[in-house]
Amino acid sequence: MANKTLPDDYYQLLEEIQILDFTLVELNLYLDTHPDDLEAIKQFNTYTRKAKELRQQFEERFGPLMHFGHSYSTHPWAWNEPPWPWQV
Amino acid sequence: MWIYEKKLQYPVRVSTCNPMLARFLIEQYGGADGELSAALRYLNQRYSIPDKVIGLLTDIGTEEFAHLEMIATMVYKLTKDATPEQMKEAGLGDHYANHDNALFYHDAAGNPWTASYIQAKGDPIADLYEDIAAEEKARATYQWIINMSDDPFLNEGLSFLREREIVHSQRFREAVELIKDANSQKKIF
Repeated sequence: MANKTLPDDYYQLLEEIQILDFTLVELNLYLDTHPDDLEAIKQFNTYTRKAKELRQQFEERFGPLMHFGHSYSTHPWAWNEPPWPWQV
Repeated sequence: MWIYEKKLQYPVRVSTCNPMLARFLIEQYGGADGELSAALRYLNQRYSIPDKVIGLLTDIGTEEFAHLEMIATMVYKLTKDATPEQMKEAGLGDHYANHDNALFYHDAAGNPWTASYIQAKGDPIADLYEDIAAEEKARATYQWIINMSDDPFLNEGLSFLREREIVHSQRFREAVELIKDANSQKKIF
């Protein structure tokens, strides 16, 4: 259980990532069936870069979002730290 | 390889403990047209489908797991503070006897998930038409649940999921056209 209260900007930053990621999921599925759309590919690459930057900001404040070498860890091992997605 | 990310695809909020709504929502967790069925159906069909739609099945199948986690989060939040008495009153007494407040893959009526809910025919058109139908059935189920829900926060998340079914259905329809185009080109030679 997550007992620590989270600062407001946890939710803010998380939502910004969720917004960018949603754009990326939509562009991705669209490109799966429209692979020649150069404008959509440009948008996809732009939002991919923005999402990476935002993830890095979030992780510096609130710990790793991903496992298996896709995020860095502080000491002690940060992955086990709550909150898990269903706890916020 | 799959990578987990410690965040939901879309925020999930609920107004209050409501095990009755959780009971209905379980339909989309372990029911025939639920998110588990969807994810397993699409990811399993990938191996025998033409290359040009493998990416789409991979991506939609993966997104379904994100939706499964959203449903799980909704059910968890709606039931985590429920007493055994409240579970019983909500019609979840049978569930509680077997699982306490744990989640389990069954439908709203308590039937456990079964692989007979999904199909892989090895025929791309048959498989994609099944996928379109699955998305439309899931969209309808979300609507029926929203019709019974009086929780505006929960309905925000459910509306998002309902919209995703529409987008997935559209992409699968486009995939059918891609396969048909490829088939008709073959006949020329």
